[in-house]
Amino acid sequence: MTDTLSKLTAKDFTSDQTPKWCPGCGDHAVLQQLKSAMAELGLKTEEVVVVSGIGCSSRLPYYISTYGVHGIHGRALPVASGLKTARPELSVWVGTGDGDALSIGGNHYIHAVRRNLDLNVILFNNEIYGLTKGQYSPTSKVGLKTVTSPNGVIDYPMNTIALTLGSGGTFVARVMDRDGKFMRDVFKRAAEHKGTSVVEIYQNCPIYNDGAFDVFTDRERKPDTTLYLEQGQPLIFGANKDKGIKLDGFNPIVVDLNNASVSRDDLWIHDEKDMVKANMLARFYDDPDASEDFLPRPFGIFYVEDRFVYEDALDKQIEAAQAKGEGTLEELLAGNNTWTI
Amino acid sequence: MVTSKTSVSVLFAGDSGDGMQLTGTQFANTVAVYGSDLNTFPNFPSEIRAPAGTISGVSGFQLQFGSESVYTPGAKFDVMIAMNAAALKANLKNLHHGGIIIANTDGFDAKNLNLSGYGEGNSPLEDGTLSDYTVFEVPVISLVRKALADTGLSTKNIDRCKNMFVLGILYWLYSLPIETTIETLKSKFKNKQDVADANIKAVQAGYNFGDETEMFSQHGRYEVGPAKKKPGVYRRVTGNEASAIGLTAAAKKAGLELFLGSYPITPASEILQTLSGLKKWGVKTFQAEDELAGVLTSIGASYGGALAATNTSGPGLALKSEALGLAMILEIPLVVINVQRGGPSTGLPTKPEQSDLFIAMFGRHGDAPVPVIAATSPVDCFYAAYEASKIAVEYMTPVICLTDGYLALSSEPMLVPSPEELASITPKFAKERKQDDPPYLPYKRDERNVRDWAIPGTSGLEHRIGGLEKQHETGNVSHDPLNHELMTKLRCEKVDRVADIIPDLAIDNGPEQGDLLVLGWGSTYGAIKIAVEEAIKGGCSVAHAHLRHIHPFPKNLGEILGNYKKVLMPENNSGQLIHLIRDKFQIEPIGFSKVQGLPFNEMEIEAKITDILKEL
Repeated sequence: MTDTLSKLTAKDFTSDQTPKWCPGCGDHAVLQQLKSAMAELGLKTEEVVVVSGIGCSSRLPYYISTYGVHGIHGRALPVASGLKTARPELSVWVGTGDGDALSIGGNHYIHAVRRNLDLNVILFNNEIYGLTKGQYSPTSKVGLKTVTSPNGVIDYPMNTIALTLGSGGTFVARVMDRDGKFMRDVFKRAAEHKGTSVVEIYQNCPIYNDGAFDVFTDRERKPDTTLYLEQGQPLIFGANKDKGIKLDGFNPIVVDLNNASVSRDDLWIHDEKDMVKANMLARFYDDPDASEDFLPRPFGIFYVEDRFVYEDALDKQIEAAQAKGEGTLEELLAGNNTWTI
Repeated sequence: MVTSKTSVSVLFAGDSGDGMQLTGTQFANTVAVYGSDLNTFPNFPSEIRAPAGTISGVSGFQLQFGSESVYTPGAKFDVMIAMNAAALKANLKNLHHGGIIIANTDGFDAKNLNLSGYGEGNSPLEDGTLSDYTVFEVPVISLVRKALADTGLSTKNIDRCKNMFVLGILYWLYSLPIETTIETLKSKFKNKQDVADANIKAVQAGYNFGDETEMFSQHGRYEVGPAKKKPGVYRRVTGNEASAIGLTAAAKKAGLELFLGSYPITPASEILQTLSGLKKWGVKTFQAEDELAGVLTSIGASYGGALAATNTSGPGLALKSEALGLAMILEIPLVVINVQRGGPSTGLPTKPEQSDLFIAMFGRHGDAPVPVIAATSPVDCFYAAYEASKIAVEYMTPVICLTDGYLALSSEPMLVPSPEELASITPKFAKERKQDDPPYLPYKRDERNVRDWAIPGTSGLEHRIGGLEKQHETGNVSHDPLNHELMTKLRCEKVDRVADIIPDLAIDNGPEQGDLLVLGWGSTYGAIKIAVEEAIKGGCSVAHAHLRHIHPFPKNLGEILGNYKKVLMPENNSGQLIHLIRDKFQIEPIGFSKVQGLPFNEMEIEAKITDILKEL
């Protein structure tokens, strides 16, 4: 129940159902930040719909006190797309996972992204199937041993960010479950973006794939393995902020800012409107454990583009068709070509 | 000399590029405006441009018109227009003995004879093949070129008017006015004056050719009078157009927005196409990435408060199965129009069949019944779509409305109803709640087991629903065994209770009790109607009843079945409805299957009736 006069808090977005995720699951943190973001955005509970598919993360709607639909496996995006087309004024959020969005729902994913309805997609990527108890997913790393890959995964993993950019995404971001405030700010930017916003979350599954993202979260290693994107700022990382990324022709290279011959002015400046650079950043996909010569993994907003949204374009066509008045039932029944007996 | 006829069946047959569909449509419009009853059926290959001149490239448009009610495009034709040798070869078997052939002799040259398979030097026009028919040999191309020589058009463009010349001959032969077509041509080519003039000239030239040529004047003309139809305003609709209009009318009447999520599929695509052009009525169409998204976008729109529908054909219905289970357990309104075609798998995409009844009835996992209704004629597609919408909205359930490729593409005149004549459709929306009101219960039901429709955006109704089993009333996820049994029972009973608002089954024709009942469903209506009429004229004790409501059945169906010694059930499948009847009423009807990708014709059914009654 919403009191429209006072601004809501995260608590107002909490439903009466207790989350049934495992203790230590990254989903708890995402839920908390999502509810806070909704409150800080000034949303009302009755104007929000959270739509999900199937999987651990897809239980999300039950725990938020807004409207919600828990659909079927892989199909959250078409449900959300139909809802948003019919009711453009609603704030529609989609909770989905790596299996739900990228495997069984892969076709819906690429088409929803290109269609660019004003949806906010929260993609929980834990690189594993959790709810079905530990089979590998389309984002699992090569070599990962699971119940269905006892000798190691031989499916090459999908790069969510590259796929989303390739599908025509207009808001593409990546965050980690451990980065609470950072995640919340990206959620807010995603909501404010008019179009389909995709936020991929690296989310730890403590039961079936524990530590999948340790290389990016471990206190010692994080400074060297991660790169936080800030609009208009140079790409700098490292514990002492002494490493930078520079373009050598078309090749991004890591440079040592302690080296006197390297100037900060030569560094790559992040521009979230630059599609070419966003595509290059998406390919910063090295496994830091695989070699010493790796590029850090970027987090934050890769790319933002202002492009027309589907539901507005459709409404405009309807408005144009109704410029001389809406069709009546009589006109519909009679059609254009009648005769009288 | 003018001979009067009560009905005539005509086939326009030619190459895919000869404009036969357009010609047939023009003839149908003229006949309709003239006031005869009619029924049309296009017959074209699934290939868009099959090789010209070959049998597989033949495109046909069949039509029957009459001064009495017409229910089918005719089992056989009285007259056939053959624009080339292949068209003749492909269709001769369906021409009545002694029927008329108007052959374009320019389409029987050596090349066409070879392509058609007759072979050069074996022209059926010359070798006696057609001695049992009345053949009018008309060098259409040569005559059109002569008639349009002074138009200044290129030879290629002049040749394209050949179908209008043939149409002119037909208008003369059946004493029909050419004005309707002239008006259409003027408006169709209003920006191409020279093309309009040439086509009009070709129609007139054809008409005059009939009037002035000895072979025609010696044969004489025919006349089919106007039919005694209920006075009123009429339009011509195909089944697919009627389905689209029916959905839109239902939305308007219910005060809802219409949303159609869909993926193109033969022979259902015209529903999406028609609705995408109805934006003036606020219709939103969504061409989805696949069949699954077609139905799922509709589920989303329905949750949002729209009258949501999806249209498809067999392969698409199979893909939508899981989503229909979701809609069923969510208990939201959804209309699925399934235009049946030959199956299984890709089957016969352009040919009709009634073989999706089982998947409509049972094609979902779990206990997931949905109401199933079937349209009986092109016009009835309007009323069936409308009724499906009413049931869906008023019972908060998905409804499957079955039509088929035969109804979808056939056309007939429709008496335009007034808005007041259409049944009311009343959505039951949950009302906004204030802070102190008791919590909203999304799965609280009324006396019919129907829950309210709670629309996002309404304050105080925030609720979460999904495919997981729900606790009675609260809708919260529940794995309780007895709750699951209760919810399953409540959902099934709700669908059974739809029987409370569907009308009793009526005997369409024949005695209330007797030797034989012919029980049909769907598009077999016309063929059974005529067959039973004929059998009754012949003194048989036979009646016809036609099921529109397959699930649930009308309440009096069992009683009706008991009033006859035998029940005959013709179906364009291997026997599907007969299973349901046997199961429900423990009787042993006589099945009659036709699985050829072709509708029944009345003669087949009449012969079957005669056979059965002989043995009684």
